[in-house]
Amino acid sequence: MGISVEHYFVLSAILFVIGAYGVISRKNLLIVLMSLELMLNAANLAFVTFSRALNDMTGQVFMIMSITVAAAEVAVGLALVVAVYAHNESLDIDILKLLKG
Amino acid sequence: MIVWIILVPLIGALINGLVFATGFYQKVLGGDEHTEKSIVNIVGCGVVLISALISTYLFVNLLSLEPENRQIIQSLFEWIHSGKFTVSFKLLFDTLSCLMALVVTWVGFLIHVYSIGYMHDDESYAKYFTYLNIFIFFMLILVLGDSFPLMFVGWEGVGLASYLLIGFWYHAPDNAYAGRKAFIVNRIGDFGFILGIFLIFFIFGSVNYQEVFGKALDPAFMGVVPTAVITAIALLLFVGAVGKSAQIPLYVWLPDAMAGPTPVSALIHAATMVTAGVYMIARCNAIFSQSHTAQVIIVTLAALTAFFAASIALSQNDIKKVLAYSTISQLGYMFMGVGVGAYTAGLFHLVTHAFFKALLFLGAGSVIHALGGDQDIRNMGGLRKFIPVTAITFLAATLAISGFPLFSGFFSKDNILGAVYESGYTLQWIIGVITAALTALYMFRLYLNTFEGKSRVTASVKDKIHESPYTMTIPLVTLALLATFGGYIGVPDFMGRLVNLHDTNLLNRFVSSSIYLEPAEKIVHHIIHFGHITLVLFSIAAALLGVVFAFYIYYVKPAVPGKITENRNFEPVYKVSYNKWYVDELYDYIFVQPFTYLSGLASYFDLKYIDGSVNGVAGVIKEMALTLRAAQTGVLRGYATLMALGAAAILIILIVWQRL
Repeated sequence: MGISVEHYFVLSAILFVIGAYGVISRKNLLIVLMSLELMLNAANLAFVTFSRALNDMTGQVFMIMSITVAAAEVAVGLALVVAVYAHNESLDIDILKLLKG
Repeated sequence: MIVWIILVPLIGALINGLVFATGFYQKVLGGDEHTEKSIVNIVGCGVVLISALISTYLFVNLLSLEPENRQIIQSLFEWIHSGKFTVSFKLLFDTLSCLMALVVTWVGFLIHVYSIGYMHDDESYAKYFTYLNIFIFFMLILVLGDSFPLMFVGWEGVGLASYLLIGFWYHAPDNAYAGRKAFIVNRIGDFGFILGIFLIFFIFGSVNYQEVFGKALDPAFMGVVPTAVITAIALLLFVGAVGKSAQIPLYVWLPDAMAGPTPVSALIHAATMVTAGVYMIARCNAIFSQSHTAQVIIVTLAALTAFFAASIALSQNDIKKVLAYSTISQLGYMFMGVGVGAYTAGLFHLVTHAFFKALLFLGAGSVIHALGGDQDIRNMGGLRKFIPVTAITFLAATLAISGFPLFSGFFSKDNILGAVYESGYTLQWIIGVITAALTALYMFRLYLNTFEGKSRVTASVKDKIHESPYTMTIPLVTLALLATFGGYIGVPDFMGRLVNLHDTNLLNRFVSSSIYLEPAEKIVHHIIHFGHITLVLFSIAAALLGVVFAFYIYYVKPAVPGKITENRNFEPVYKVSYNKWYVDELYDYIFVQPFTYLSGLASYFDLKYIDGSVNGVAGVIKEMALTLRAAQTGVLRGYATLMALGAAAILIILIVWQRL
């Protein structure tokens, strides 16, 4: 029994859900950011899988693109984390409630 | 050449306005106040003098031409071109414009010079001369323009200058209100004027004087135009004149216009601007002469205005208010003249009135100046000893306006009254003669109360009374000479014959080349010589009666006026005159109060319903927002959860949708 396309999709879905759960449940900003990365990479995996299954390079191009953007996003995100820590001396995201109506 | 007459005052206004009134000279160039005033004087008065000299030069040029060719036209550029409607910027210097330009520039120049002394201590000195030059500029456009739109430009421009100068001391709210009142009342008249211009274009297909009057004089063209239309044009134009020249029922702005500086009252509200209506009717003689109905209305309204204003002037105590009502009354005479078609007689009175009324106002200004600002004649008396030059020049003007024989007003007023009688308006003539007696009475009341008798000046003011500086007395003396002898340019021919002179009415001969058409009713004019002399005797008798009566009650028996006003039978009459026939109150009741009430209603509706609906919508949204703001917790994880749930829900819906 070989590894089929479905396996990849299931893995992608599991990774995505783990990531989403992390974003929702964790209070540490750094871990939230890591969880976000996980969700992003789950999506990338899905892209590559489709590319392979459909024999179309577009998915891979998108994946490369997405990784590039993710790198930039992480740079900005980590800078924000540093700034938030400098400001609050804590990474607890429940303190960040400035948008409360 | 003509264009320089109007351009030079504009240049003066620009220099004074931009360099001095803005403070540029003192603050940026670092000049001192004394030099500034000197330059403002030279520029402000100089430009008017240049205009006056150019006008005089052109006047001499006109005289050298044949009487029937006496006009100079300068075409500058095409101003408006729209379909059939074209207006070119053309200036016309014919005998009528020439007369007006001479009066405006020369009398204007004297008043500018007078202002140097009168406004000496005012802080907005440069601004004052700027406005004055702007006024001269627009007034000259009014009289020199060659088409109705150009006249209208000048007409509105002088209204603007008048508004600015009435409210010149705008720090006192009453002065600002007076300016506003003048502007608004004039607007009503302008409405009629502009409708008249529309109708002229509609009927004659042009707004240029030559073309309009050329067609108006063409029997073939006029044969197909109904008389009612001509009457409508004449009356609409007359509505404009009623506003600008302060006739019943739109005269109410002129007495309030006295809030401005006194030289302004002399220049704008006595000598020049308010006579624009008379000029306009004389200019449109070809139209007015062809509508008997319009003429009857004009003469009747004018006679009533003359009498009505004179009756108010009898009891006023403010020296400038008396003169203001007197101006309205004299304007009534001018309209009687142009109304019956005696255009040169009306213009003659316009000229002499410019002399003596400017002089009266400047004299009043000199009195006010001497007393440090008091205008109430009850606080004057016996001033002749302190300010003799003012007193003697004032007396000359008083004699002139009263129609005292051989003074200028005598000839001009008699020309008008004679023409009114001979054109068949007997009733209006009687009113005119009675008004002449009233004029003599109220003017001598003013003179005697101010300059003769016991002094009622308070002791503290008395020590400071001083004759005005030369810049003020020289214009006074010049105008006094003009007011005394100015009448000899228009001595009626029949009077000249009494002393064996022929063709003495120089003014009539000069201006008549601009008068295209006189009404048919006036043909009798030259026949009744004997009758005319009798008429003159009536005028003289009326004037003398007024003078003698005034002397008796205000000089010989000064206690009489008090007794008359307290007499129970006479008191109501006095009250009516003193309270100006309650016209201001009547207008307040008829127009102002209903308007205020209507505004109140509109305001209520606006606040309650218009604003209410707008605010209501905003209120509903606000309530909704207040409810929804609870959802905005600010907790990041909450948002993430909702987003995830939302995405899941959309996914589920899509899947279910596809399965169905």
